[in-house]
Amino acid sequence: MSSSTPISGGSRVDSQPGRRGQLKVFLGYAAGVGKTYRMLEEAQYLMRQGNDIVVGYFEPHARKDTIAKTVGLEMVPVRMITYRVSTFREMDTDAILKRRPAICIVDELAHTNVPGSQRAKRWEDVQILLDAGIDVMTNMNIQHLESLNDQIFRITGVRVRETVPDWFVKSAAEIVMVDATTGALLNRLKRGDIYAPEKAQQAMENFFKESTLTALRELAMRQAAHELELRENASTLEEHRPQQEPSGIVPSSRRATADRILIYVSADASTAMLIRRGRRMADYLGADCFAVSVMPRDQGRLPKSDREAVEKHLNFARNLHIEVRILEGDDAAETIVDFARRNQVTQILLSRCDHSSWSELFGSDLILRVVQKAKDIRVIIVAERKGPS
Amino acid sequence: MNDSSQRPTPEQLLAQIEQEERRERRGRLKVFLGYAPGVGKSFQMLDEGRRRRERGEDVVVCALQPEYPPEIEAVLQKLEIIPTLKTADGEAIDLVAVLRRRPQVALVDGLAYENPSDCLNAHRWQDVEQLLEAGISVIATVNLQYLEKHSDEVERITGKRVSCTIPRGFLDKSADEIVVVDAPATESLSRQVAPGDRAVLLAQEHKLSRLRELALLVAASVIDRQLESYLRSHGMDSSWGVQERILVCVTPRSNATKMLESGRRNADRFQGEFYVVYVQQPVLSQQDRKVLKENLDYARQLGAQVEVLTGLDATEAILKFARQKGITQIFVGHSMREGGWRRLWGNSMKRLISSAEGIDVVVYPH
Repeated sequence: MSSSTPISGGSRVDSQPGRRGQLKVFLGYAAGVGKTYRMLEEAQYLMRQGNDIVVGYFEPHARKDTIAKTVGLEMVPVRMITYRVSTFREMDTDAILKRRPAICIVDELAHTNVPGSQRAKRWEDVQILLDAGIDVMTNMNIQHLESLNDQIFRITGVRVRETVPDWFVKSAAEIVMVDATTGALLNRLKRGDIYAPEKAQQAMENFFKESTLTALRELAMRQAAHELELRENASTLEEHRPQQEPSGIVPSSRRATADRILIYVSADASTAMLIRRGRRMADYLGADCFAVSVMPRDQGRLPKSDREAVEKHLNFARNLHIEVRILEGDDAAETIVDFARRNQVTQILLSRCDHSSWSELFGSDLILRVVQKAKDIRVIIVAERKGPS
Repeated sequence: MNDSSQRPTPEQLLAQIEQEERRERRGRLKVFLGYAPGVGKSFQMLDEGRRRRERGEDVVVCALQPEYPPEIEAVLQKLEIIPTLKTADGEAIDLVAVLRRRPQVALVDGLAYENPSDCLNAHRWQDVEQLLEAGISVIATVNLQYLEKHSDEVERITGKRVSCTIPRGFLDKSADEIVVVDAPATESLSRQVAPGDRAVLLAQEHKLSRLRELALLVAASVIDRQLESYLRSHGMDSSWGVQERILVCVTPRSNATKMLESGRRNADRFQGEFYVVYVQQPVLSQQDRKVLKENLDYARQLGAQVEVLTGLDATEAILKFARQKGITQIFVGHSMREGGWRRLWGNSMKRLISSAEGIDVVVYPH
């Protein structure tokens, strides 16, 4: 909130190297709620105010009203990338860097770049722009937020592959909810304003059901409110405590009252769900969060596939910016509880379904043994929630 | 889950049909909810009116704000306006003219106005009710601070009490649809006040951010009720969805205070439901009865739905209740006894964890 920019009020004409650009995200709950329309409307307003603004990427989707909103805006040409037999349009990040606008508009933040691109994900390109001091306005839907992946699956029955990590969204200066009623959205779909007719029919059978849309809409509002709360708390804290917060696993006395969450990482497939839940809980509580795995002293006892699964889960935790610890011990329950106690952990998260060879190796009653040992710590046994019936 | 308790009874079905018929005759009310002036409610509402008119709907504006920026004036150029009746102490919708004109859709910018003293209705929302009853649909804007239901929360944030309000239940009962109009606090500020003292501006910004958060949560809870009634009317499982339903199990020997308070907080955060149960035990000492009563009283004080369950098998009784209510999290206390009791507790814990499919189990420390 220190410098005034178009994204948080005021106006700026040149990009400023050395200062990180500000990110503004328009959050919606489905295609067609009007995220791009609203974003372009704002771009037009900022242009009229005399800001140096370009469109870095725009997905027309053949939507007439939206296309009309781009009139007069400078478009940076896209890159055409050929992969196998098709040619794809991708944002040309290098060209934008060369052009150096103050503000850049980037449609569809969650997009996955075609193989052969410099970076795998569009949000990684956006990060490059921000690092170069360019402000970015972009948009995404609630289903693309990584930590909500399981909840979205439960609501829609669809496992969304294109996700944006929470920490990246959290780094945004502003999140703005773009709302429309589900009725209006379904009407737009029927009129062919969102997709071509055959695709619209298909969409209506899957994602665009009234109950699904309503649940997603509610989720998006709650998330937007939550993001706002995070920013409010951060800015209040900032005012009262300007010095750097010490990080690391050993808590300082000032932090003794804060919650500390331990996520137990095993080879079981449910661990990914557990890590997402832990991440969300930590965000809500403003808590520190650790992902902890336990390796037997003789690692040869562990099948290679299990070792790889654990490593994959730990990497997933690292990607969500969770601190990772690998402990050694033959009694997993004891090792976890011991670690938890030494580090003032207040909540231990375990997943309910743990039927792998992993659990047999450490004793099948891992959950119960952790519960019995950790008399002074809250233990949460997290279940996979049901999908839509 | 096809539990028979999910299916509506004949009485419920009849009530539903009657309600649907009434709804069909009545106009539909759509409300654009904003958290402050300057967030863009008027523009979004009038722009929707323009789009509808361009698609062939018969749209008329029947109440406007006194002043607009040029981009809204441009939209108004494309709309038909029935001027309000102006008197010495205010203005009101010209009900007679609107009813005679009979548009399909009436646009009302500012739902929370009070009418001048010589009008039939004291409040504008009553005029809107009349239009709806006459079969005219209404699209209206309203500011969060004018909803009586949330006036206490708003006052806590702003320190100011607003007198002119939309009564409790009006949004739930009369509004068919709600759209939240969201915009950063800095934008609504820059469009309504001149830049001045930074500290004053910052304080203002904090207040606006809190109001903004509240508006989003208010809209979310309205939508949650819509989802719930949709699921109910379609005989769908209501445990599906975004809500959390929390069940705290208390015993005479559990230290329930922390569990109950945490359950309450969790339920609040997700606007969820909060249940507390106790499974009846055959013999209780005087002391046990006293502690139990204290626990259950405190649960009621926290607004929990308290129920006493019966059944020889406590674990089974809890699981049955949890499935019936679509519980998402069960809170239990740690065993506070040693010896044989602990083994028994361990066994029921094991069964609870292995049978509570789709439900989180949270074990609280001593």
